[in-house]
Amino acid sequence: MATTTPPSSAWERLTEPLRSGPTAYGFLGLYAAVCTWLLLTNPRTSLGTDIVFVLFLLLVLFTFRSRVARPFKIGLAAALLGIVLPIFGTLNPFYIDVATQAGIFVTLALGLNVVVGFAGLLDLGYVAFFAVGAYLWGILSTPQLTEINPAWSPVPPIMFYPFVLLGLVAGGVFGVLLGLPVLRLRGDYLAIVTLGFGEVIRVLANNLDKPVNITNGSQGIREIARPPLIFAEPLRGLGLRFDDQQLYQQFFYFAVLLVVLLTMIVVSRLKSSRIGRAWEAIREDETAAIAQGIPLVRMKLLAFAVGASFAGAMGVIFASKQLFINPPTFDLLRSINILAMVILGGMGSIPGVVLGAVFVTLLNLQILPRTATVLREAQDAGFPIPETFDPTQYQRLLFGLLLILMMIFRPEGILPDERRSEELHEAQQAQQEEPPPEEAAATPAG
Amino acid sequence: MTLLDAKNITKSFGGLTAVNDVTLTVEKGRIVSVIGPNGAGKTTFFNILTGIYKPDKGTVVFDGRPIAGSRPDQIAALGMRRTFQNIRLFGNMTVLENVLVGMHTHLHAPFWSIVTRAGSVRHEEARARERARERLAYVGLDDKRDALAKNLPYGDQRRLEIARALAGEPKLILLDEPTAGMNPNETAEATDLIRRLRDELGLTVVLIEHDMRLVMAISERISVLDYGTKIAEGDAATIRSNPRVVEAYLGKGATA
Repeated sequence: MATTTPPSSAWERLTEPLRSGPTAYGFLGLYAAVCTWLLLTNPRTSLGTDIVFVLFLLLVLFTFRSRVARPFKIGLAAALLGIVLPIFGTLNPFYIDVATQAGIFVTLALGLNVVVGFAGLLDLGYVAFFAVGAYLWGILSTPQLTEINPAWSPVPPIMFYPFVLLGLVAGGVFGVLLGLPVLRLRGDYLAIVTLGFGEVIRVLANNLDKPVNITNGSQGIREIARPPLIFAEPLRGLGLRFDDQQLYQQFFYFAVLLVVLLTMIVVSRLKSSRIGRAWEAIREDETAAIAQGIPLVRMKLLAFAVGASFAGAMGVIFASKQLFINPPTFDLLRSINILAMVILGGMGSIPGVVLGAVFVTLLNLQILPRTATVLREAQDAGFPIPETFDPTQYQRLLFGLLLILMMIFRPEGILPDERRSEELHEAQQAQQEEPPPEEAAATPAG
Repeated sequence: MTLLDAKNITKSFGGLTAVNDVTLTVEKGRIVSVIGPNGAGKTTFFNILTGIYKPDKGTVVFDGRPIAGSRPDQIAALGMRRTFQNIRLFGNMTVLENVLVGMHTHLHAPFWSIVTRAGSVRHEEARARERARERLAYVGLDDKRDALAKNLPYGDQRRLEIARALAGEPKLILLDEPTAGMNPNETAEATDLIRRLRDELGLTVVLIEHDMRLVMAISERISVLDYGTKIAEGDAATIRSNPRVVEAYLGKGATA
């Protein structure tokens, strides 16, 4: 089939010098310098900046895929994400907000990947745990709390930090609550129950405004507290003059970046441990897994709890960043979107899932709206595009088409788990090769 | 010393009594075979021993502990491991990882130590890999440790299943038709491996097998099941001359 390029294609051989050896250092250094220069000299929101921004994020990926010294990798990535991007963010707040959103979804996708990719438990209601974290901080940090009981007063904003941890715990607890009743279910049945669970949480958030007003219903919760800017004074001491708006953007960017890093470390450590192997074994064959002494119930609940806890913690940060949450923020489409990130990037593969999340977020926030704007401008400039065609209406269609094409041409995802990619391409190889006759004959049913 | 003592095991599915009042006692260090025609209830009996099914009646005592009604993972942790009739490997994991999964009950790194990658975890993991490779070398698969389990040839898959069972350092290993589908060469190798499990590793082996030559050659005791009932028990010579056994295999009148 024409769709599967073997690993050592002409393209790979051509680009090999860029990925290893001294040329790789030169390439990455030059790439980084050019991108940085372009971003910092021309930060205006435009198609050009969009492209440079995407290339900039791709550079971070290339850095990690290149065979260069580890300190160089980490140093360059830290410089790009920790220095260049925040400085660029002070010049144009739009892009740092996109980066922050992408980071939020990276964490969510990594959490869902534990449940779906590692343990093989299809979860269609994952956003519920995100909602739990968000509403936890939303209710407790605002006057909404006095609606529940006039004697209670909201927690002070400084409590944001412990509440991130509390969100982690709350997410984990809800993960177990969802896990308990669905332990016996697999595949399609599990998907339906988790879908229901996601909807239950959303509908609860929508309707729990009476008899006691807990969630403020469909109106949502406003003016959610942000933590006090404890680092504002030292920064001003350094002569940097930012307004609060900018400072919060920087704060949430770094907070999200920190959580993303921690999540990646935790998830990759779990993956290569006895726990990760037990999850994979359950995904492969439950009966064989339990015969190896793996306690099925405990391991499945652990997967649900770990996956959900990241979403819970991120929910707290999200609520505080957005200042406002309402039930539609946590609808089914959001869950599906996160699942699409996991599948598009490559189920089970940590770099793949990170890339998938960044890609889908960029697509939704930047690439598709920009495509629509460009088409609109072309229309206005007199290009033969019908008057009735409104490009902004077709964003979701484009997104859907892209998903379909991806699944047809690269079902294992953009950066698949190395072992899994073998699995999906085997079927195609088997069609090309002749079936091995003696092995087929030597494999009776039992 | 008695390692496994299953008494009066009965298990029905709907109207069908798959296993009917079967008793099996296995002494430590023996190779014992369970034979019988297809559908005689042999695999069901294994599933009861390993906890996949709960017996309707009867008791199972393993290594001095009653285990009937325990969960399969608890029984596995006590030191009873099995292989499956229709090989059940973790196909998309590597050969080495399959063996590492078999070691699960012997790895104790707590969650927080894994997340913080404590020194003890790295140490335990390194040792586990070393041990897993020893197990693979024992069954002759060490050079294939990085292959995906499902890409192994059939005979190697059977051997990997045994290596995975060995990884749990069991006292008793249950082999469900370990040579099914093998050619005579592979069968001879498998026979040799089973013998070594007992002679070199001191394991107790219970075997379900259809290959009579293999059964007669290596088992010290043979139990024969037919329609869920034990119809004979004894050493190879006794079984061979038992008219009921011949009848069960070949039909009535064959002994005449």
